[in-house]
Amino acid sequence: MYTFGIDIGSTTSKCVVLKDGTEIVSSSLFVGGIGTKSPFLAREEALKKAGITDKDISGTAATGYGRNRTEDADFNVSELSCHALGAHFIFPRVRTIIDIGGQDAKVISLSGDGKMRDFLMNDKCAAGTGRFLDVMAAILQVPVNEMEGMAQKAQKISQISSTCTVFAESEVISQLANGVEMPDLIAGICDSVAGRVASLAKRITIVPEVCMSGGVARNGGVRLAMERYLGTEIRFSEQAQLFGAIGAALYAFQKS
Amino acid sequence: MAEEQVKKHRTPPDPNSAKYKLGQIAAKAYQDAFDAKVRGEKIGWCASNFPVEIPETLGIAVVYPENQAAAIAARGFGQQMCEISEADGYSNDICAYARISLAYAKTKDCEGQQVPMPDFVLCCNNICNCMIKWYENLAKELGIPMIMIDIPFNPDYDVPESEVAYVKAQFLDAIHQLEKITGKKWSPEKYKEVMEYSGRSSRAWLAATATAKYEPSPFNGFDLLNHMAVMVTARGKKEAAEAMELLLKEYEQNHAEGKSTYRGEEKYRIMFEGIACWPYLRATSHGLKDRGINMVTTIYADAFGFIYKDFDDMCAQYCKVPNAINLEYARDKRVKLCKENKVEGLLVHTNRSCKLWSGFMPEMSRQIGEECGIPVASFDGDQADPRNFSEAQYDTRVQGLTEIMEANKEG
Repeated sequence: MYTFGIDIGSTTSKCVVLKDGTEIVSSSLFVGGIGTKSPFLAREEALKKAGITDKDISGTAATGYGRNRTEDADFNVSELSCHALGAHFIFPRVRTIIDIGGQDAKVISLSGDGKMRDFLMNDKCAAGTGRFLDVMAAILQVPVNEMEGMAQKAQKISQISSTCTVFAESEVISQLANGVEMPDLIAGICDSVAGRVASLAKRITIVPEVCMSGGVARNGGVRLAMERYLGTEIRFSEQAQLFGAIGAALYAFQKS
Repeated sequence: MAEEQVKKHRTPPDPNSAKYKLGQIAAKAYQDAFDAKVRGEKIGWCASNFPVEIPETLGIAVVYPENQAAAIAARGFGQQMCEISEADGYSNDICAYARISLAYAKTKDCEGQQVPMPDFVLCCNNICNCMIKWYENLAKELGIPMIMIDIPFNPDYDVPESEVAYVKAQFLDAIHQLEKITGKKWSPEKYKEVMEYSGRSSRAWLAATATAKYEPSPFNGFDLLNHMAVMVTARGKKEAAEAMELLLKEYEQNHAEGKSTYRGEEKYRIMFEGIACWPYLRATSHGLKDRGINMVTTIYADAFGFIYKDFDDMCAQYCKVPNAINLEYARDKRVKLCKENKVEGLLVHTNRSCKLWSGFMPEMSRQIGEECGIPVASFDGDQADPRNFSEAQYDTRVQGLTEIMEANKEG
């Protein structure tokens, strides 16, 4: 039996095809979220990769900020619960998830069976989210995926404000003008995101294992800084950005 | 293609119902102030937790800028009023009620809710300290006197005699000042009458809100947000006492007949913490109702029930209003409401306007969640400035809260 999970976020669309609730058959990820063609394209690609059609799907669940607006799903589940179940699928011993997406950050506490027990989310501010990294990457003209490598070369991590993306932007520009080395600046930016989210995470009891999910999890600079702030190892999977879609496909399996 | 608009048929409220009568009392309070102004009497603007017994006993008409601002915000005029104040230099970080009120003091006009202009302002800081500067500026801008009652933050559970004496002296001074300004005289007999009506209103209000203990609750918690206006402005009036007693009777009758003003199946019961998000009342209420969530209680259920035996006791009661007490006492009040009303989750409005209330909530809600074993979710919003709320973020948080409550039910 195939089930389908679609995670329509603020900046990307992700899909997963799951077989019998145990095997990820295919996945896809397209840049572009709500209001773009990406959810459709991601769906088409995931089905194509799996070598199946709509008719082979027994159930579809949607999650993410666009979960209410897709007509292709049988039901929707919040990204909070989906990330919890998706992370549990990949890391069965995980009890705390730090999810940093395009426009929000979440800290989720889960039980041994992957059910969400508690959560906290950021306030209405872009600092400490993927959008913060996008803005900084644009100023520095460094692709987000190259930030990790550059941050590792830092000699002295710069101090960048984590209070506000706009303030941080002008701070980065002034530090650039003062000749601060690019690796130091990028390490400071990663540190700023991690520090902001770590202070949120500390409001929930951090129970190991801890993992990161969402697009920002792919940035090792942020992960390493987060480990330093929280004093614990952060598990990481190459599929971290798909946890929401995996969780949705699992919910679809449970209901089918 | 535009969607066809289908107008919903609304049944006119029964004129014998508590809902109708309470609505009339709230509306009449504004009209009474307009009428008094026309008669040449002095009228005031009054803080919500200023002792209403004082103007009521003296027969002075007052209106409440907080209620006015809430009405303006709920009717969609909040942003334009906030922007008027901001253009005058008031930061968008300060309370939106204050910004709306200061804008109205300048424009003297807002179709969201008109009020007569004041001859004096009555301020009491037991609800917040922003209010002092707000009222000082009103007084300065309008060139009118301000009567200020200072109620200290209380770190203990009981109110010490010294504090009662400090507050009582100010109450008496306020009475003398108002006698001078308005020419009206304090009557102990009239005060006794007001005290009795206030007691009757309060007892009925507390009992009515306590019927949420029944499952399902005989009322939709959002009703309280409307009915509360009468408790703020008119609890010392005979009509208010009678209407509140009718409300209690209706809720008891609803329970007996298995009815509720909450439409649909009550699947989950939550406590809502904070001032309502007035500009998005519909969105916030539907976000709950669509998931079968009834907001069965709020601290307002407790906040405006003033029961006291004499003048000194009344002073003590005003020292114990929710924002003037310490975190532990405030927590215990909420824990009691959660337990008595079988609450399954707590939804906290992180209200950008109210730094005081929102500031202590992260820790207090954590303690409430632990003590009651219930999940807690919070969302960003504002009591009157529509720019501080995102419906998508609200929806995600409420859905997350619902999913935990559902999982808890499943065991």
